[in-house]
Amino acid sequence: MKVWTLLVFSVAAMAQTPQSVDAKLAALDTAVKSAQSAGDNAWMLTSAALVLLMTGPGLALFYSGLVRRKNVLGTMMHSFILMAVITVLWALVGYSLVFAEGSPLIGDLRYVFLRGVGIAPNPDYAATIPQQTYMIYQLMFAIITPGLIAGAFAERMKFSGMLLFTVLWALIVYFPMAHMVWGKGGLLSASLGGKFPCFDFAGGTVVHITSGVSALVCALYLGKRTGYPHEPMKPHSLVLSVIGACLLWVGWFGFNAGSALAASGLATSAFVATHFGAAAAALGWIFVEWIRTGKPSVLGAISGCVAGLVAITPASGFVEPFPALLIGFLAGIVCYFMVTLVKQKFGYDDSLDAFGVHGAGGTLGAILTGFFATNAINDSFKDSAGKTLPLGWVDGNAGQIINQLIGTAIAWGLAIVGTLVILKICDAVTGLRVTKDQEIDGLDLSQHGEEGYFFEA
Amino acid sequence: MKKIEAIIQPFKMEPVKEALKNIGIDGMTITEVRGHGRQKGHKEVYRGQEYNVDLLPKIKVELVVTDARLNEILTALTTAARTGKIGDGKVFVYDVAEAIRIRNDDRGEAAL
Repeated sequence: MKVWTLLVFSVAAMAQTPQSVDAKLAALDTAVKSAQSAGDNAWMLTSAALVLLMTGPGLALFYSGLVRRKNVLGTMMHSFILMAVITVLWALVGYSLVFAEGSPLIGDLRYVFLRGVGIAPNPDYAATIPQQTYMIYQLMFAIITPGLIAGAFAERMKFSGMLLFTVLWALIVYFPMAHMVWGKGGLLSASLGGKFPCFDFAGGTVVHITSGVSALVCALYLGKRTGYPHEPMKPHSLVLSVIGACLLWVGWFGFNAGSALAASGLATSAFVATHFGAAAAALGWIFVEWIRTGKPSVLGAISGCVAGLVAITPASGFVEPFPALLIGFLAGIVCYFMVTLVKQKFGYDDSLDAFGVHGAGGTLGAILTGFFATNAINDSFKDSAGKTLPLGWVDGNAGQIINQLIGTAIAWGLAIVGTLVILKICDAVTGLRVTKDQEIDGLDLSQHGEEGYFFEA
Repeated sequence: MKKIEAIIQPFKMEPVKEALKNIGIDGMTITEVRGHGRQKGHKEVYRGQEYNVDLLPKIKVELVVTDARLNEILTALTTAARTGKIGDGKVFVYDVAEAIRIRNDDRGEAAL
């Protein structure tokens, strides 16, 4: 299309003087760039809003429906307050620590207080959109990631402890991990000079492994909810959870397809892979559940879809539609066994299965990306001669699986060590668990002085 | 005066109300309750975690009637509430010492 426009324009311009041809070509060049920027910026701002939609209504509803009625507000607050806390932290230092070029492990402080982060694009990351668009888009990832951990400490964590935990976790675990994978010069960066290039399109290692594994550490450190597993702790409203899961599914298009950082063919491909992964995983989960318990549950279908979305996240910008279906289907089955058999066998109280879904699904997705990544989908990796490089095992580059395993291992290690240190600090400063009486009263009343449902009013 | 307390299946509330209305009784109090007698509950599974739910939703109907009409009302009520299966519920009848209509201080059967 661009070529045709140029051609027509050039033919029309031939009759004119050379000087005016040059001027018109320059004007045309500007117009083309501006049109692309307009398209890309529109998609990226939309994507940023979609990713926030995942936290605000999406995760908040999904998780709060799974808890008991007395903890509905406290659980929603675990998601909602991150939209405020992480935003401020991101503006102060977060963006700089992740995306400034610094050491391979963490960025330097050049963008502190968002200094120099303006309308001009940052060509290292996205040459066609304002750097502020890129900044606000990446912020939404930093918001949802600690929110996922809340599933493990639901119904028993002190609000003050949760706030301190979140801030420290962003600083010590998320920012370094995101810098390593996505930052310029990061240790695991695939496109910007990393030592071990690890493919993580939208955050399998950065978002899901870190949060899922940290969730397991939290569940083990905090201990079980009072009465678990003998007292009934049924989800108080699966209706809320279904709405939440559907919002997550929709928001995930911004998460994955937006990670193309342009309104491009790659965005379309990631969109398709994301959708296929979610669909296949919902089916995978309920099939195995149907066989084992005799009934395909609604909670199973929505849990499966989230597991599939998690697993397809690192792969979404690298794989073809059929492998996306396969990755999703496997994730549905694997995560089903993680939250049923494995959890029961080891007896940890990962209350809302943050580890079983995000830790397990993220790990599976990160490794499978090494198998199925192909340059037929993503041709942005080229050698010095400009030749497109093979990506994963399907392209004949089996060694990529090793890089994926290295990235996975680093994410696991950082999450375990970082979270343990943070929990120790929070335990000493604010305390972590509510008292037993407060736990029996519920977080809504004991932490916030409110009730979620008050039918007499 | 007698108080009738009937625990019935929730889906039988409308037929019971209708049957009582047909014999001229339209005052009653309804409460949503949970309970079980010989009826067994059911199993629910949430992500592999099993729960046995044995307290089932029921409706409690309370009404106070004159001694003269008691049997007629009990027949209408039990006929309307009966399916013949376990879980249909129970009816209890109590003596009532006094009744007062708050609006005008009517006492006894005049207050019903």
